[in-house]
Amino acid sequence: MYLSEQNRKGWRLLGVPFLFAIFLLAVPIVTMTALSFWTQDYLTLIKTITFENYKQAWFQPVFQTLFARSLIISLTVTFFTILFAFPIAYYISFYGGKRKALWLFLITIPFWTSYLLRMFLWKVILGYNGVLNSFFDWLGVITEPLTFLLYNTNAVILALVHGWAPFAILPIFVSLEKIDRSLLEASNDLGDNSFNQFFRIILPLSMPGVIGAVLIIFIPCIGDYITPKLVGGPEGLMIANMIQVQFSKANNAPLAAALSVTSLLIVGIIAMAFVFFNRKYLRNY
Amino acid sequence: MIKKNSINNEKIVDLISIVKSFDHVKAVNNVSLGINEGEFFSLLGPSGCGKTTLLRVIAGFEKPENGNVFINGTNVNSVAPNNRPTNMVFQNYAIFPHLNVSENVGYGLRNTNLSKDQILKKIDGALKLVGLKGYNKRASSALSGGQRQRVALARALILKPRVLLLDEPLSALDKNLREQMQFELRQLQKSVGITFILVTHDQTEALTMSDRVGVMFNGKVDQVATPEQIYNKPETKMVAAFIGSMNFFETKCLEKSSKTVTVFHKDLGNVKLLKNNIFGVESTKLTIGIRPENLKIISDNLKIQSKSFTAKIVEKSFMGDTMLYSIKLNQSENNNTYNISISDIKNSPNPNIGDKISVTFEEADVVAYYEE
Amino acid sequence: MKKSNKIFKSIVISFLIFLYAPALLLPIFSFNNSKVIAFPLSGFSTIWFEELLYENTLHNALFNSLVIAISSTILATILGTLVARASTRYIFYGKKISITFILVPLILPEIILGVCLLTVLIQLGLDLNLWSVVLGHTLLITPFSTLIMVSAFNNLDISLEEASLDLGMSSLQTFWIIILPMVSPGLISSLLIGFVISLDEFIIAFFLTGVEPTLPVYIWSQFRFPAKLPSTMALGTVLLIVSLILVSLFEYFRRRMELYNNYGVELDQK
Repeated sequence: MYLSEQNRKGWRLLGVPFLFAIFLLAVPIVTMTALSFWTQDYLTLIKTITFENYKQAWFQPVFQTLFARSLIISLTVTFFTILFAFPIAYYISFYGGKRKALWLFLITIPFWTSYLLRMFLWKVILGYNGVLNSFFDWLGVITEPLTFLLYNTNAVILALVHGWAPFAILPIFVSLEKIDRSLLEASNDLGDNSFNQFFRIILPLSMPGVIGAVLIIFIPCIGDYITPKLVGGPEGLMIANMIQVQFSKANNAPLAAALSVTSLLIVGIIAMAFVFFNRKYLRNY
Repeated sequence: MIKKNSINNEKIVDLISIVKSFDHVKAVNNVSLGINEGEFFSLLGPSGCGKTTLLRVIAGFEKPENGNVFINGTNVNSVAPNNRPTNMVFQNYAIFPHLNVSENVGYGLRNTNLSKDQILKKIDGALKLVGLKGYNKRASSALSGGQRQRVALARALILKPRVLLLDEPLSALDKNLREQMQFELRQLQKSVGITFILVTHDQTEALTMSDRVGVMFNGKVDQVATPEQIYNKPETKMVAAFIGSMNFFETKCLEKSSKTVTVFHKDLGNVKLLKNNIFGVESTKLTIGIRPENLKIISDNLKIQSKSFTAKIVEKSFMGDTMLYSIKLNQSENNNTYNISISDIKNSPNPNIGDKISVTFEEADVVAYYEE
Repeated sequence: MKKSNKIFKSIVISFLIFLYAPALLLPIFSFNNSKVIAFPLSGFSTIWFEELLYENTLHNALFNSLVIAISSTILATILGTLVARASTRYIFYGKKISITFILVPLILPEIILGVCLLTVLIQLGLDLNLWSVVLGHTLLITPFSTLIMVSAFNNLDISLEEASLDLGMSSLQTFWIIILPMVSPGLISSLLIGFVISLDEFIIAFFLTGVEPTLPVYIWSQFRFPAKLPSTMALGTVLLIVSLILVSLFEYFRRRMELYNNYGVELDQK
């Protein structure tokens, strides 16, 4: 009686959003997966099941390179972002005093300005005639513009770290805020110096936030299209760019679908690994 | 609005065989209970005993899966909370934070046909009743805990409910304010004449304020009686242990007569119990209970009046108005300690820890429970 | 302690400079009187802003973006509110898995969302237009709305609703007088955030927009023309100011929501 009424009322509310998600999320994912097993001959689809697309996606060197590069770039970006974000979150949480909210606000502001423009600005900054080169030239430090700044993997990493750092700070900050300050006093009281205390108390207890940040950054980065296209050059292109090319110019939607499904699998596996790791970590407390 | 029915005129609330469970645990297990018109009734019990659920069943927030709720003689099982002649004071008061004091107090009057002037007048009256005259425009966030409670009271009383339900209304207040509010609530109830049903886990609160108290354990009502009866003649062992403190001794039945039962205990010897003081299903084993203040220490020069036994003092603590002794019995093998509470400290002997003493009690003060 | 504090503070401040520096270039170069984006600056000018006034394609793109942002934000907020209410108020079969499913777009790369939606629309033989973008953006924003509304409903003490019913109000009256005003900061936050996300979203719009560009798609097309750079910078400045205003509003309403929350905390302590 009690449960069935709750059931009825709950589903009455959830029904529409759930159907919306079924039609706009589940159906498209299933369609895309189906498409990935078909082939396309110029503009006509051949609907016989084949693994040809996956054979290409997984074993052709060009795709392997792109997958590997996307993975390496997003892992590197994730690593550096967290390396930068942790001290910031730590400072705000422990030394922010009454101005914590203001600090957080200041840090998130740039995030809410157009992602497209922020990434583009890096092209303006790092370019041959760009801000940095013209600035150095004006200073007289260089005679020739530096060319290694733009159109490579490093430029992509730099722009992405800059773009995603604010997103990493928030979850880490939240988990640091949750640490009961009396635990720190207890660890001091029991003989820890601040170095020990950081590694024995603060870091383990802030782990959920760190893992949250990893997921928040890693997933969008691996599928990023804008940044590699703008600042990556041919050597900095990532898998999303290839998906787009296959879908439009190359007219090979099934291959694009196979590449998308593969990316989805990679993201899913890595995300689940992190979530599992997080659970295991949390079980200790 | 509510049809009068002459089945139970003196009972304003009548609960019959109420069952309510959450996740297959019976929070209220077959409770039948009648509450009289105009009384101050308390539901007392430890947390999780089902008292709040029972209150919410009366208010209509929980639908019982079995049983009937009658209010003023009408079955209200299918009546929604907003159509029941009951109003509630919530544990956290549930003051609407975006409305000011007047808007909160006058909230329930929005659906009536009263004119604006009449409503304002009623609000003033209700605020005066709870001692918040002139607080009309105060923001609800600017109220102290005690003031919130008064607003919650005014908000409920302004609708002139037949029954006012109070869910642990004093638990959020500090001790001094709580004691003051206990007194005020009692006065208020007497002056408005509305039936109050109070849920509390605080026995002092229940005993000092109520006309009658219902003591609940594990979803069942163990005893419904006046505070004196609850204290002096607790009908189950759990009630005896929960209300005040009680020394329990395990005894064996020796003989029964028409008015008394005689039991034996190694230290206490033969104790003659009044049948009126014995509860439970008859058997050969009884647990007898004596309150610490009913045990007296006898000085040597005093003549032994009735029953007595010897014991050793193991702990002694001064509580201000009383002196509390922990004693161990001589004969019993177990390590149980028992309490003696002496309120007339000046005129009583003052033994020290380790001293052997004689202890006496009146057999009429002893309550007893049959064991299964 | 004091010394480490200072070192920390300088790290944080240099980090803030790193965060802000690129964005600061927008106003600097949009007021610069030169077609080239380079130092040294040549002089003050508002010509690039004036140019924006005569760009018809820009105006169309802006209009498209506004239509999309407003529609998808309202739709997503309604959906998110329904999910949040169900999630915070009722226990029912399949609750956890269905809500998790609705939140999935949060962890899907946008390119995959775009490809999926495009595939299905093509298979169904539907035309690509603004409404396909609206659906895509609604899907993307709903999880954000849900999370914001869940915290709004969590701040709403259930006993307030019960008190209202107990005082004789119907469920509908309770919704209008108690629930809606109390979750309104959450609703406004959700609308603001959704608006900003939709206005800024590129990939899904890029895939689904057909022949009518949105603002980001327009900006993307401008990147190819060096001559258009300064006016694009000017456009960026305008967008920066608009999002600053929207985000400040968001922050204001988020604090309002916390205020209700703190009200509860204070009560607990007393």
